[in-house]
Amino acid sequence: MSGFSVTEPTPRSKRIAATLVTLYAVITMIPLLWIFITGFKSPADAIAYPPKVMFEPTLEGYVNLFTTRTRQTQEYLDANPPDTWYEEIVRQYDMTVVGPSKFGERFFNSVIIGFGSTFLSVFLGTLAAYAFSRFRIPFADDLLFFILSTRMMPPVAVAIPIFLMYRQLGLSDTHLGMILLYTGVNISLAVWLLKGFIDEIPREYEEAALIDGYTRFQAFYKVVLPQAATGIASTAIFCLIFAWNEYAFAVLLTSATAQTAPPFIPTIIGVGGLDWPAVAAGATLFLLPVMIFTILLRKHLLRGITFGAVRK
Amino acid sequence: MAEVNIQGVTKSFGTQRGVADIDLHIADGAFVVLLGPTGAGKTTTLRLVAGLEQADAGEISIGGRVVNQETPAQRDVAMVFQQYSLYPHMKVRDNLAFPLRSPILNVAEDEIARKVQQIAEVLRISHKLDNKATELSGGEMQRVSIGRALVRDPAIYLMDEPLSSLDAKLRAELRVELKRIHAEMAATLLYVTHDQIEAMTMASHVGVLDEGRLVQVGTPRDIYENPRTAYVAARLGQPRINLLPADLFDYATPTGAVQMGLRPENIVLGSGQAASVVRVEHLGDQTRLHLKLADHDVITLVDASESANPGDTMRVTARDPLFFDAQGDRITQA
Repeated sequence: MSGFSVTEPTPRSKRIAATLVTLYAVITMIPLLWIFITGFKSPADAIAYPPKVMFEPTLEGYVNLFTTRTRQTQEYLDANPPDTWYEEIVRQYDMTVVGPSKFGERFFNSVIIGFGSTFLSVFLGTLAAYAFSRFRIPFADDLLFFILSTRMMPPVAVAIPIFLMYRQLGLSDTHLGMILLYTGVNISLAVWLLKGFIDEIPREYEEAALIDGYTRFQAFYKVVLPQAATGIASTAIFCLIFAWNEYAFAVLLTSATAQTAPPFIPTIIGVGGLDWPAVAAGATLFLLPVMIFTILLRKHLLRGITFGAVRK
Repeated sequence: MAEVNIQGVTKSFGTQRGVADIDLHIADGAFVVLLGPTGAGKTTTLRLVAGLEQADAGEISIGGRVVNQETPAQRDVAMVFQQYSLYPHMKVRDNLAFPLRSPILNVAEDEIARKVQQIAEVLRISHKLDNKATELSGGEMQRVSIGRALVRDPAIYLMDEPLSSLDAKLRAELRVELKRIHAEMAATLLYVTHDQIEAMTMASHVGVLDEGRLVQVGTPRDIYENPRTAYVAARLGQPRINLLPADLFDYATPTGAVQMGLRPENIVLGSGQAASVVRVEHLGDQTRLHLKLADHDVITLVDASESANPGDTMRVTARDPLFFDAQGDRITQA
């Protein structure tokens, strides 16, 4: 009798749900955990069969990821004893470090292009969404549909035209080119998501601010923006995830200067055989920024995913 | 504070009419209440004065200055909304300070703190100043909302049914509070409501709106006693005025009269026509009798000590009836 409620699940069904969710979480996290572990294995341990769960951790993968190395003669190695910890790791294979690899640079490109395009998408998206939400715009519905229609085919379908266009405009293999491209793809998502969030904010708040002595723009950033924070945060995460993970355009349009991490990481495989620990180390580092960004904004994201459907 | 003049103002939304040809003079220091049912154009009138809507025709002036082209900020008005008006991401203190921090007023911070404290005490919310706006009860929210208007010294206070979402006890308290503030600050107010008690108790002048037109403006007493139309007569008075055929009583009927309006207190018991008691409502201080008089429902007030039972027959006569013609316009007896 006691504690019976129509809406509250019973303790038994709660336990079952919790078990299922935990199981699902473990299953989905195993590949990530495997990548993380492999990054600290030696190349021999990484390809051992049966797979090793217990092993001696080494930073070899990370050293290989960040450096370029060359094989040296025994005389040279004897004459120049290792002077750093990473040089010592490399010496096991009679090699020396000759300089940094491209990984740092590629990773930095990813950060600039990913966050740059996310900022631009969210910035333009917020302004456009506000305008669509609040002002009487001629053909507003048609314009919104047009914006949405840019996502109706896979972006790669227009890869060739964009490739040719970018070559003409000198945008190939530039940071600006990639930022513009990813912004172009993300902007429709940003406008539509943010319009939904801004529609949920009653106009009365801005009207009150207008009467309280503020201009339309001041009312926008003092009253509307703080309340749209949830929507802006979740939109930013969606945009960042797309731009960060994008592979096809990055392969096609970037090479020497603006190449991002996704097309770079597979090329590690080719450097001196199958260097799985280095690939795993690169993948681990590549996962971190999106993870950190999402964790920082998770409070907003959780509320944002309901798209403002739940009123307080 | 300043006087506000509305002249021939018309506003429609597409094909839907908002207000038509409104003429209203709000004297400096007046407490004008606009009364009418939903959709009569009360809120539209308020928003036109605030500058949240642009008039299609006509002229609005505040303090002798035509403000049709001015933004809400330039008009120097303060407004209390029916709901939703507290900024949810700010503390109560910052909500109250928000108008004072605007670039137009730009008040010094110590002066803001002093004013906020003062208003918070008037509205008895000083203990909630550091709460977030969302942590207040409905009554507290509305008091903060009123407070946010009162911290300023604008040309006019505009209030859009500020008490409608509150419970009866708080509404009665705030009515008295608003009346007191009006007297103390010598404030000019334009106040919108559909609640006739608010209109009767607070207003220095009442304007009755019907389908976008201002039907009558006057003191509450004047409107109660001398309504210009049957519609206006029905807006004021609780219980409502009885609208009956003009010839129901043997009373000298002016020519053209179709309807007779009889206030419940003007139905006199004792002699005259026979009416049967249908229902008796004891309200404590008074008793309402629902009568059936020649197939018409009639409500009258009697003393609480009067004992009547359903089924009883009473004799009634009319006193001071109001006559209306076929269009509902009042016919004053020559």
